[in-house]
Amino acid sequence: MSETGGPLAHQFADLAQQREASTLGMWTFLVTEVMFFGGLFAGYAVYRHAFPAEFMAGSRTLDVLLGSVNTVVLICSSLTVVLAVHCAQLGQTRAVNAWIVATMVLGAAFLAIKLVEYGHKWHENLVPGPGFLFEGANETPARLFFGFYFVMTGMHAVHMVVGIGLWAWVLARSMRGLVTPEHHSHVEIVGLYWHFVDIVWIFLFPLLYLLGAHE
Amino acid sequence: MSSRAEEHAVPLRVYVVVWLGLLVLTGATVACAQVDMGVLGTPIALAIAGLKGALVVLYFMHVRWSGALVWVFAGAGLVWLVILIGFTLSDYLTRDWVPVYG
Repeated sequence: MSETGGPLAHQFADLAQQREASTLGMWTFLVTEVMFFGGLFAGYAVYRHAFPAEFMAGSRTLDVLLGSVNTVVLICSSLTVVLAVHCAQLGQTRAVNAWIVATMVLGAAFLAIKLVEYGHKWHENLVPGPGFLFEGANETPARLFFGFYFVMTGMHAVHMVVGIGLWAWVLARSMRGLVTPEHHSHVEIVGLYWHFVDIVWIFLFPLLYLLGAHE
Repeated sequence: MSSRAEEHAVPLRVYVVVWLGLLVLTGATVACAQVDMGVLGTPIALAIAGLKGALVVLYFMHVRWSGALVWVFAGAGLVWLVILIGFTLSDYLTRDWVPVYG
């Protein structure tokens, strides 16, 4: 990615080929991420099948309203991302910057809400560890649910933090005039990463939060 | 063999419609969760989530307008995920089908 001689790196024939390579590169990484989170989902599926009552009891302690709000926040952040790409295609740098900032703000809002939720769980003694206390169900399988909850949403949150950092980098490039209609791959591929993290949450939310909501 | 689809600006209203669809489906999944649907509860929740994920992949991630190679890469992820979860569950969900003697 040489910026001294313009946006085209020497190993590519033209910008279109460079763009294709960037896109496929990010998709390759996302496929590894699918397998990473897939392993966590597979483990969750096995233990939920083994301990349905305890998992439902654990799920009922989660705040469906906060989870729903977070789902909406991420869906809106995916919209701001595609709007940033759209404006990059049209060369509207100020709009690109505004939509990137909006995405980062929404991402930060998601993390703030998650922090509040984690705080609640800490005070309710539902964080697996020496202080864990669960009444009304077998404690060990219930602890398993919360183990999955914290690891899956925690890894998701780590991905969100990385995503926000990536957007800060893309924003810095944009503010230096490096985002143009001819070359805005950075916005597109960080966008692909962000949409993927959104999709992970789209599956996490119903599986973790909505198990026992009807009771 | 290339995925050098001509980059074309997607009309904004497509994005807005997809966004609204995602919000509606979110409401639907929360609403469905309030009703005890017995053994259908999880498949329905997964179907709604799958639909939301498909909308994000096809429209927000532009796969719908991308070349064949992007479809292959994205599809590969889905294939391996299905193998991972499918074969794992084919073991655990059938554990009590065959009695273990002794």
